[in-house]
Amino acid sequence: MGMREEMETAGVETSDAEAVERTLAGERDAYRVLVERHSRNVFRMAYRMTGNRQDAEEVVQEAFLRAYQKLRQFEGQANFGTWVYRIAANYGIDRLRARNAEQSRRQDPRGPHEDGMEIDPLALAKDTAPSPERLAASAQLAEKMKAALNELTPAERTAIVMRHWQGCAIEEIAAVLKSNTNATKNTVFRAVSKLRKALEPYAGGFGAARAMGSES
Amino acid sequence: MNHLSEEELIVYREGEEKGRATAAAHLVECPECREELAKIEAVFAALDAMPVPDPGEGYERRVWQQLEPRLPERRGRWWAGLFEARRLVVVGAVAALILAAYLIGIQVGKKRLGGGTDVAGTEKVRERVLVVAVGEHLGKSEMVLVELANTDARRGEKLINIAAEQKRAEALVDENRLYRQTALREGDTAMASTLDELERVLVDIANSPEEVTPGQFESLQKRIEAKGILFKVRVVNQDLREREKSERPSPAQGNSGMQERKKA
Repeated sequence: MGMREEMETAGVETSDAEAVERTLAGERDAYRVLVERHSRNVFRMAYRMTGNRQDAEEVVQEAFLRAYQKLRQFEGQANFGTWVYRIAANYGIDRLRARNAEQSRRQDPRGPHEDGMEIDPLALAKDTAPSPERLAASAQLAEKMKAALNELTPAERTAIVMRHWQGCAIEEIAAVLKSNTNATKNTVFRAVSKLRKALEPYAGGFGAARAMGSES
Repeated sequence: MNHLSEEELIVYREGEEKGRATAAAHLVECPECREELAKIEAVFAALDAMPVPDPGEGYERRVWQQLEPRLPERRGRWWAGLFEARRLVVVGAVAALILAAYLIGIQVGKKRLGGGTDVAGTEKVRERVLVVAVGEHLGKSEMVLVELANTDARRGEKLINIAAEQKRAEALVDENRLYRQTALREGDTAMASTLDELERVLVDIANSPEEVTPGQFESLQKRIEAKGILFKVRVVNQDLREREKSERPSPAQGNSGMQERKKA
């Protein structure tokens, strides 16, 4: 019987700190508790950063592997969840940069799209006609937003994901970006400003977006 | 009227206290800035509307199943690590050296009690056993540190593989711990302190990932450099070598000793 099953049987919830302590003492199964507790949230953040499922799953795997390798460095820190997010964000930004570099190398003017399909930002930019149906408008807006996020630099995208969705402090984001707080604030401003400009032509869809809410 | 900049509006939306009252007062008065703020708000609403696919039921279990075979074996507490098969050889050799030195120490004690005359000579042999062993250990540690210090982090590779140095550091941690404890027991606090600092650096290297980014590698190099450990190890090692040389009997001394014993 694994540790998790044992705990479930006993009806005991192990704290993250205790699971870390047991993992460090050599109980491999204790790490399973941490992975199963945090992997879904890390996936959400990774998906927002990378914009596709395959990359997000890769980020999750790598983040938990790196966290395991560095677990001794975690000792004494407050929150395993926050720590593993930061590791995921670090790896995510490296992956985004590598992806962008690869795209520049190929000199492909088109951006990547979910599930391997490609969309043409130029075609999107020309498509300014608002949809009459609210649902269609929301779906369209989500596509525009996805395209706009893909146009951000890795640092801008990481900053906006960490700030808006994860609620991270500027200092935490600065640590991931290896930058100072003022420069990081500017990165956030730049990201918002770029998104705003990219979405301005579709402002009519914003109301629908508010109504649609988040699926996550 | 001076309107609020986009930056000031974003700061206001984020709830920052600095300048908030002024911005709020302006927003009450200015419909244009309110409209701008609404547009920024709409960007965040659109961000919230971005769907994230559900990774599916049992996702957490799948993550673990894929991850588990990739996880390296983790040692438990350090004493558990000592009993791992691959470490037994190294630890056994170190323990044998320390035991030899200890037994020589007991012999010295007995001779002291019995009024033996060769106490100083036996003590010297004992010290030399430790000096040679620790000197060798410091030499090996120095090589690991030098290799890491001399590697160019900006040589154009995306990831730098330090698996070899990491494995050597891991083996040296165990040796180091035994020598540090012996030094403490012997009352050699200076040596114990250097070994303690060295141990922290070796643990840091041993716990690093096998492959690191140039940034992470530079940070490791900086941590090593900041502690000045390479310099300290060199100094102590040099000191040990000199001690070893001075304590080694020269052929001339050996002969005169024999002649004296013959006379006696």
